[in-house]
Amino acid sequence: MKFSRLESANASPAVCFTCNGQVIEARVGDSVATALLMAGIGSTRDTALSGEGRAAYCLMGVCFECLVEIDGIPNQQACLVPVSEGMSVRRQEGAPQVWNG
Amino acid sequence: MNDSTYDIAVIGGGLVGSAVAWGLVRGGARVVVLDEGDDAFRASRGNFGLVWVQGKGDGMADYAAWTRRSAEIWPDLAATLASEEGVDVGLRQPGGIESFLTDADRDAAELEIKRMHNQGLPGRPGDGANDTKIITAEEARALEPSLGPEVIGAAFNPHDGHVNPLYLLRGLHAGLQRLGVDYRPGHAVVRVGRDGGGYRVVTSKGDVLAHKVVLAAGLGNIPLAPTLGLNVPTRPDRGQILVTERLAPMIGYAYVNFRQTEEGTVMIGASSAQAGFDTSLDIDTSARLAARARRIFPALAKARIVRTWSALRIMSPDGFPIYAESETHPGVFVVTCHSGVTLAAVHALELAPEILAGRLSERLAAFSPKRFEMVEA
Ligand SMILES: Cc1cc2nc3c(=O)[nH]c(=O)nc-3n(C[C@H](O)[C@H](O)[C@H](O)COP(=O)(O)OP(=O)(O)OC[C@H]3O[C@@H](n4cnc5c(N)ncnc54)[C@H](O)[C@@H]3O)c2cc1C
Ligand code: FES
Repeated sequence: MKFSRLESANASPAVCFTCNGQVIEARVGDSVATALLMAGIGSTRDTALSGEGRAAYCLMGVCFECLVEIDGIPNQQACLVPVSEGMSVRRQEGAPQVWNG
Repeated sequence: MNDSTYDIAVIGGGLVGSAVAWGLVRGGARVVVLDEGDDAFRASRGNFGLVWVQGKGDGMADYAAWTRRSAEIWPDLAATLASEEGVDVGLRQPGGIESFLTDADRDAAELEIKRMHNQGLPGRPGDGANDTKIITAEEARALEPSLGPEVIGAAFNPHDGHVNPLYLLRGLHAGLQRLGVDYRPGHAVVRVGRDGGGYRVVTSKGDVLAHKVVLAAGLGNIPLAPTLGLNVPTRPDRGQILVTERLAPMIGYAYVNFRQTEEGTVMIGASSAQAGFDTSLDIDTSARLAARARRIFPALAKARIVRTWSALRIMSPDGFPIYAESETHPGVFVVTCHSGVTLAAVHALELAPEILAGRLSERLAAFSPKRFEMVEA
């Protein structure tokens, strides 16, 4: 699926962040989830149970499908976090490991 | 009384009513279950899901033995729900840990073990106890490496476990449907009166006739019981629970206040508050539960909480179950308890057949509400 930005959103200044090292240009005011969708990244994590790919779904903080690691902190809801310059986003693979035994 | 008369009307379709009704219909009875709707107080939809033995029955040896019996036959219930109703309820019985943060925690557990050891039943020594033992912090961390450095020791019981309580409810209801039980949601029972040799159950949507009646309406028993010659002095006790996102496996045992589900979420429980019929949430309580969780499992500090809720326990004055047949209304039984998950196996497989046979056996005598009258006298 291809997303396009509203005319008015195009007016806001550019901001760059990375996803798994890939540099992505977004606009100030984008959430991480919309920026990833705009960049054509269709799968932002693999589920904890089945390992299937998932991406943002509700875009309003309810479904928790959009979890990603942001600046080293896992399980952030990408749809609730605005992008910022230099931010480092990573895909989540499987269930987050909070305990490293 | 005519052809439309049921053998047994069960009032309440939560875990207690469903387990009993499932046992009754498997025994061949014609059963109707009368239930309220989504606006009812329903502990069965908001509980923690432990099949818990440790500490159960401190003060009543019969309850200790009854709980142990339920944990022992729980695998039969789980296997039957899987094979006959097609529902895997996720029973796990790895043993349970109660972790101590202070010497006072350890002292209290030691005393409980001693009291329970000393309350053996006549002719059945040891039946009042349940194999709980104190272990050191090192032993606890050897079992569960994710326990934090603040844990100074623990109590361990090999019989404890957990289950998905929502799948349990679904499995029982699947059985009720498959076996032809007449399940009627939205039928609040207003009153039960005599009708010929049986009973007329008056509901918000019409009357039902039955030879026997089982009161299993949780907190809904409170107004009904006294009109049927039964003393059921239960009250609501609010418990709050937090649940994390799905996490990679980090908790292998069952805990009074923690369990990691098969899907990976960690449940953190549970408070206790006397707040009447009120299921609102109290943020201070959530914060306290979370803070304690971080002391016991420090790794949880990095986990996100995705939901929190509260539900009302159905508490008797001593916390033990109430089972009885009415003396003034023969054939009317009350079955209610806290710990309806743990006791689901005995309710379905052992209590229901006794109700079907028409009387409760001697081993259930101790659960009669007569014990409250004796205390008052
Ligand atoms: C926070 C919390 C944690 C818990 N943790 C555990 C645990 O880990 N392990 C464990 O074993 N137990 C636990 N419990 C206890 C367990 O959930 C209950 O013992 C059990 O669910 C009680 O089931 P019930 O069917 O009696 O009650 P409910 O689930 O309350 O069901 C009562 C039913 O009766 C119906 N009803 C009420 N009035 C009427 C009426 N007048 N007419 C028709 N229908 C009526 C209602 O609609 C409802 O469906 C916990 C409880 C709570 C609140
Ligand atoms: S997309 Fe649903 S919570 Fe983020």
